[in-house]
Amino acid sequence: MSSLSHYVLRRVGLALPTLFGVTLVIFLMVRLIPGDPARIIAGVQASDEEVTRIRRELGVDRPIAVQYARFVGRMLRGDLGLSAVTRAPVLEEIGLRLRPTGLLALSSTVVATAVGLAAGIVSATRQYSVLDYLVMTVALCGVSIPVFWLGIMLMLVFSVHLHWLPAGGYGGAAHFVLPTLTLAAFSIAIIARMTRSSLLETFNQDYVRTARAKGVRRPAVILRHALKNALIPIITVVGLQFGVLLGGAILTETTFAWPGMGRLLVNAITARDYPVIQGVVLTFAVVFTVVNLAVDLLYAYVDPRIHYG
Amino acid sequence: MSTRASTTGRWVAAPLVPRRAGVLRRLGRHRTATAGAAILAAFVIATLLAPLLLRHDPNEANFDRVLQRPSAAHPLGTDQLGRDLLTRVVYGARVSFLIGILAVALSAAIGVPVGVISGYQGGRVDIAVQRVVDLMLAFPGFLLALTLISVLGVGVINVVASVGLATAPTYIRLVRGVALSIASQVYIEAARAVGVPEARIVRRHVLPNCLPPVIVQSTLQLGAAILTAAGLGFLGLGVRPPTPEWGTMLGEGQTYLFSSWYIATFPGVAIFLTVMAFNLLGDGLRDALDPRMKLG
Repeated sequence: MSSLSHYVLRRVGLALPTLFGVTLVIFLMVRLIPGDPARIIAGVQASDEEVTRIRRELGVDRPIAVQYARFVGRMLRGDLGLSAVTRAPVLEEIGLRLRPTGLLALSSTVVATAVGLAAGIVSATRQYSVLDYLVMTVALCGVSIPVFWLGIMLMLVFSVHLHWLPAGGYGGAAHFVLPTLTLAAFSIAIIARMTRSSLLETFNQDYVRTARAKGVRRPAVILRHALKNALIPIITVVGLQFGVLLGGAILTETTFAWPGMGRLLVNAITARDYPVIQGVVLTFAVVFTVVNLAVDLLYAYVDPRIHYG
Repeated sequence: MSTRASTTGRWVAAPLVPRRAGVLRRLGRHRTATAGAAILAAFVIATLLAPLLLRHDPNEANFDRVLQRPSAAHPLGTDQLGRDLLTRVVYGARVSFLIGILAVALSAAIGVPVGVISGYQGGRVDIAVQRVVDLMLAFPGFLLALTLISVLGVGVINVVASVGLATAPTYIRLVRGVALSIASQVYIEAARAVGVPEARIVRRHVLPNCLPPVIVQSTLQLGAAILTAAGLGFLGLGVRPPTPEWGTMLGEGQTYLFSSWYIATFPGVAIFLTVMAFNLLGDGLRDALDPRMKLG
């Protein structure tokens, strides 16, 4: 077996216990709330028969380890229970909202990476210029601005006053513009900062000086020699940003009435719909873990020096 | 990191922690950090003087003057219950700062001891702690706070607990890293060799060296904690109304965005300025505590 596939297997092997831990946290979450777990899961308006059914399903008279094993077993079969509010299967509720959230997260990641990289390169290649200060000032604002407030302000300008874009809802490309910008802002700022500092560091390296000395054209030096070697910290940041992005998606979706998982979660928390809360939290944690895994595997591809022992 | 032999023949840590006066002087010369400190000072002074300067009560409803535009009588306008927005924004600083400070104190109170033990002790304790940290970091930060609040319920104390617990893993990671690197230093080995008790080594050598990164992290984290708490408030999962809290005010204001833009706008400006001020100060502190870096 090659060392690379060995590394991949080992890294996947490390992610699995984390995922099991995640299910344990989600299982214990409901048990930590004072009261009868069956009634908490069934919801406030549930009938006594419903509560009895769930009590039987949970097997609350069994040892907690057995209860957990059954919980994981049902989860592996795709059974996340029923929503306490709509009585629809939680898996179905999540399935309906996966696409809007996925598309929003994807468009924001693409915009954040493209704009952040471009801004960082411009800033680094013109260090201490007016443009550099401008980019860094905007980036400072980007990391300080509350995502929901930015969304509301964009809405105020582009929807309420200029009537250019819809103030919310899900639909065509126009509906994507404001939520994508809102969600991407923080990541753009972080990626721009990281690209700048990472690039500035590689500019001092011998191989960059060598490339310049032998007459390689400037754009080629920046892209092929400097940026390529600056990529590792940038990829790390893009990966970490994804977690922030998922958190931001919850706020962005609420601001723009986006029919995604974030809004589903917030509504579920307000309605104390615990099966849905558990399902959405699980989905977010699984997606985040998988993305982190993908980022780690990407290192191996980008940096052949990394040893996968 | 360097070590030197003192004249008494005992090994002591070189002052990795720069002297306080030097740090303050460097911080004072740091223009952006000074700007951050000035913004924060302005907020603190305004909050302290609020009862003297402002004529209104933050929670006093007046249905004769609901949703009024900014005017001389109400510089930032009034909200849907006729409450003066300037008064609420100023009093909101008390709530937001209090939540931020308590949440960061909680994170640090958990993160510093656990991180030091994990990094310095190593071995099984370290592995166990790191597995728990990995697990907590498997949840995106804001989601963790949100999940905790869904279990604990709303209210100031629960917001502090949720935000504080959600950021604790970051502290554990940070402090563990520093403690780990110190544990392998020659002067620690030397201290052990001459029979200094472990508790004393931790107190005298490990903890002081963890302090600079913890101070920087806490400053940046204050902004982040205020932002997270405001996010919870915006979702209606923060403090209980009518407590004036910036995020909650903003969330309420969004309902009236089309008719009364000012309700959602000004609390957001306050959050933005506060978080930016903490970021500026944190960046400045990092530069000041790390003399190898250039001044901005």
